[in-house]
Amino acid sequence: MTRYFTEEHEWIDVDGDTATVGITDHAQGQLGDIVFVEVPQPGTSVAKGKEAAVVESVKAASDVYSPISGTVTEGNAAIEDDPALVNSDAEGAGWFFKLTIADRGELDGLMDEAAYRDFVAGL
Amino acid sequence: MTLNPSGWRPEMNAAETTGPATYTGNRALMLEEPLIFEIAGPETTGVDFEVLPELARGGGSHAVAGGGADPSTTRFAGYLPPRGKLAEDRLGELARAAPIGLPGLSEPEAVRHYTRLSRQNYAIDLGLFPLGSCTMKHNPRLNEKIARLPGFADLHPLAPTDTVQGALEVIHQLGHWLVALTGMHSVAMSPKAGAHGELCGVLAIRAALEAKGQGHRKTILVPESAHGTNPATAAFAGYAVEAIPATTEGRVDLAALEARLGGDVAGVMITNPNTCGLFERDMKAISDAAHAAGGFVYCDGANFNAIVGRVRPGDLGIDAMHINLHKTFSTPHGGGGPGSGPVVFSEALAPFAPLPFVERTAEGAFRLVEEETVAHRHSDSFGRMTAFHGQMGMFTRALAYILSHGADGLRQVSGDAVLNANYLLRRLEDVLDAPFAASGPCMHEALFSDRGFAEGFSTLDVAKALIDEGFHPMTVYFPLVVHGAMLVEPTETESKAALDQFAGALRAIAERARRGDPTLKSAPRAAPRRRLDETRAARLPRLTWSDGRDGGEPAR
Amino acid sequence: MRYLPLTDADRSAMLDVIGVSSIEDLFADVPEAARLAGPIEGLPNHASEMAVERHMAGLAAKNLAAGSAPFFLGAGAYRHHVPASVDHLIQRGEFLTSYTPYQPEIAQGTLQVLFEFQTQVARLYGCEVANASMYDGSTACWEAVSMARRITRRAKALLSAGLHPHYVSVVRTMAHFTDDEVGYAPPVLDAAGDLDALIAAIDEDTSCVVVQYPDILGRIADLAPLAEAAHARGALLVAVVTEPVALGAIRSPGEMGADIVVGEGQSLGVGLQFGGPYVGLFATREKFVRQMPGRLCGETVDAEGKRGFVLTLSTREQHIRREKATSNICTNSGLCALAFSIHMTLLGGIGLSRLAALNHAAACAAAERLTRVPGVELVTPLFFNEFTLRLPRETRPVVRALADRGILAGVSLGRLYPDGDGRENGLVVAVTETVTEEDVGAYAAALEEVLA
Repeated sequence: MTRYFTEEHEWIDVDGDTATVGITDHAQGQLGDIVFVEVPQPGTSVAKGKEAAVVESVKAASDVYSPISGTVTEGNAAIEDDPALVNSDAEGAGWFFKLTIADRGELDGLMDEAAYRDFVAGL
Repeated sequence: MTLNPSGWRPEMNAAETTGPATYTGNRALMLEEPLIFEIAGPETTGVDFEVLPELARGGGSHAVAGGGADPSTTRFAGYLPPRGKLAEDRLGELARAAPIGLPGLSEPEAVRHYTRLSRQNYAIDLGLFPLGSCTMKHNPRLNEKIARLPGFADLHPLAPTDTVQGALEVIHQLGHWLVALTGMHSVAMSPKAGAHGELCGVLAIRAALEAKGQGHRKTILVPESAHGTNPATAAFAGYAVEAIPATTEGRVDLAALEARLGGDVAGVMITNPNTCGLFERDMKAISDAAHAAGGFVYCDGANFNAIVGRVRPGDLGIDAMHINLHKTFSTPHGGGGPGSGPVVFSEALAPFAPLPFVERTAEGAFRLVEEETVAHRHSDSFGRMTAFHGQMGMFTRALAYILSHGADGLRQVSGDAVLNANYLLRRLEDVLDAPFAASGPCMHEALFSDRGFAEGFSTLDVAKALIDEGFHPMTVYFPLVVHGAMLVEPTETESKAALDQFAGALRAIAERARRGDPTLKSAPRAAPRRRLDETRAARLPRLTWSDGRDGGEPAR
Repeated sequence: MRYLPLTDADRSAMLDVIGVSSIEDLFADVPEAARLAGPIEGLPNHASEMAVERHMAGLAAKNLAAGSAPFFLGAGAYRHHVPASVDHLIQRGEFLTSYTPYQPEIAQGTLQVLFEFQTQVARLYGCEVANASMYDGSTACWEAVSMARRITRRAKALLSAGLHPHYVSVVRTMAHFTDDEVGYAPPVLDAAGDLDALIAAIDEDTSCVVVQYPDILGRIADLAPLAEAAHARGALLVAVVTEPVALGAIRSPGEMGADIVVGEGQSLGVGLQFGGPYVGLFATREKFVRQMPGRLCGETVDAEGKRGFVLTLSTREQHIRREKATSNICTNSGLCALAFSIHMTLLGGIGLSRLAALNHAAACAAAERLTRVPGVELVTPLFFNEFTLRLPRETRPVVRALADRGILAGVSLGRLYPDGDGRENGLVVAVTETVTEEDVGAYAAALEEVLA
């Protein structure tokens, strides 16, 4: 399983034709305490670079974009019930949604872990 | 995803103990006060009533007759005063079955409750209130007296217009002065607040474009530094919002704007002076460019206090501007409202202004143009934005204020407002980073950033420390274009002594932030409450009181 | 100038610190052409308090105050007696001159009041949550329609004929710009109202049905069947209450199944004020709270564990969501909400019920007396404190003739519905606890004269 990163601070774990998407630890640190999350319903189509989910902290609301296009198979109910999980484990149990991938080619151009770290350092 | 452009994050830090606890929890004049639901139950009340008039019982006949009735069998059993009489009612099956279950307090308890609560608030009456773009100037008490004259306060909006000519004249007079002060063509008085006024202006623009066959223009351009109501209003009115970049001098990038204008742009929304406290030097050019491209110019008038009596926005080519009577014209902020947002219009937009409005007949009488007269008097009006005619209570106050200051006084208002802000800017710029201080004077507000603070220290810490110094913090984390923004607007009603004290306090705090003084983190220490857990409030919203009996958690 | 503390000496000293020679220099960024040479033309120079008072009192004297005549106007604004302490308390400087409670540590007064207010409104309306107020009932009504669209993702609102025509006008104006469809027909002067017609009209495209309770003619009806019908087809029921005192006597819309209840709070604490400022009330089900517009106050604790209050769920609002906000609203009606809350606190539920009983009894007695005038018919047999009379001729001129006789007789439906269609003979009469038997007698006598 490979993990890729976007410049919008999302991560995506790819496992064959399915993937899991979340936000990075850097992102959750910048947002502060997360108070509300909205994840897409199963069956929703998502498009690369377009809004797929919403994450809110006390004074900020951010759209989470999908790194690739596909169809949502599961939204993480755990983070809707306990948004603090995104803060405590953004890159693990704090995942946002799973999807089936429409076009593997869209993974080209996404960063690997090292590249993302460099990207964040340069911000 | 955008990552928190303002940089604000909540920080709860451990508190230190502040002396032995008292039995009451009070600390001398700092008095704790429970909720009304904790003071009294649903059986209590603090208002006396007369006995009900007598009516006959029984179906059908409702003739007035004498005779008492047995209260225990009445519809209102338990609610009537003990000596009360039965009323045969006309409520059908809809009479309330269960009590409302809200507590009432006797007058002494109520007065004490609200007096104690009021003492937990900061207010202009207490001290400098430097909220940028809010214009927290003194609220004159003459205005309160005049608004309460029965000849203004005790009038029904739908009374026959012959019986309220003086009230209509107030609206007309105030409108006249707002038009004169802004150099515009006409005014809509009905919007209920600034944001409502913005909506009025943008809807007039949309109506005007649709009338000209230009309804395909779907985009409005808004500077990145704009107040959130601007894009929210534009989006509500059906427009896509695009940001106009700013120059390094903090003003609209005219070249970028001109490049973006085109046949798909309905207009621009500009705040002038802008939210960085700077005058848009190119305002006339911006207006000309927008007009040349077939669009309109909306001006957010929140910062009018900087230029009132000295500059007329109409001379800069704008088409519509809302005026916050509760900012520039001294009507009270009241803990968050009510406001009033009349909108002045250019000649091009005037025909589309909303209903209702006041006009003067040839004979000098005043009348209201409402739905029934609109067809032949004002057929292009885009419609009605609110029931009745507007915030009359604010009109009387604002008119009294304008007449009190007069033309010379209003000119001095903007002069002193700008003087006070520049004085604070220069007294603070060596300890607080002021991103635009080098580019010239500011207008009525000065903008600072958190650059230069020690690692881990934020604008939030500075704000909370100001509280302990006896000041309300300035506007923080706005505008978004500056990191850790602090926007300071003293207004013209502050004395030099008050400014000096504020500057001294803010200097001391800024130095502590630059040094990284850890005691900043536990501020405020002396306020009625320490820092409040906003994360908890958002994660577990508790928006009404519950006594626990209905399954909710009790308050304490 | 009494509102300007700076002296010339102060100004000089400050200009020195700034490093410019005059205040004019600070306006250097304003193009010459836009700078006015002198004070605004036409506006006189500053005036003393006494002069301003004289001028304004002169304008006030040209109006007939409601308290100076027998007074029977309603139609969305009601004259009630406000206890003397309310106005004293709202004039305390810490309430009057305070701001939106963005710094909660020094605004617990405002915040606690808002929490109490929210609870009072929710209880009154029979709902789970309420917000910290809107501008007024009519804008709250529009916001409810807008909210129903967000929740149901449908764009057709059905407005009951009994909805206040100004409210209808506001909804229609806004709906034009948001491409919402609005179904509406003005009322017929009968006792029945249009609930059956509304039920029949609800379909899978309907976002909400909006009904006023009591309605513009004063009619009251059970909303439960309408709520059921709406829910069965996935639509929401929005109830609008323009007279909150009614809820002291009749069941709440929330308990009858309304999903969003909005209305005007002016009756309690605020006064007539010629139409504003008023206070919009907004309540709904807990599950819809994130779609609710306006400010919300929530309970929390501070760093010492003490209970406190803060504005919360701010991410719905314009200053954060900007173009994706639930509404563009910024200001609420703070001081009016405070006045409402203080009045409601003095009354308590018991007091409100008694006040309502008094209103209803007075209205029943007035209806009975007025219908004894030849030619006058009561259109609405069931009502709270407002009812509709049918006169044998157009009521606008009758209302004017009565005004000339010093009676403020009610609101002519001809004024509210300029299209006529029979409504022009309708007169809406409100009777509150401020109306005396003498007032009613004078009204009846004058009406008989005018109609003769």
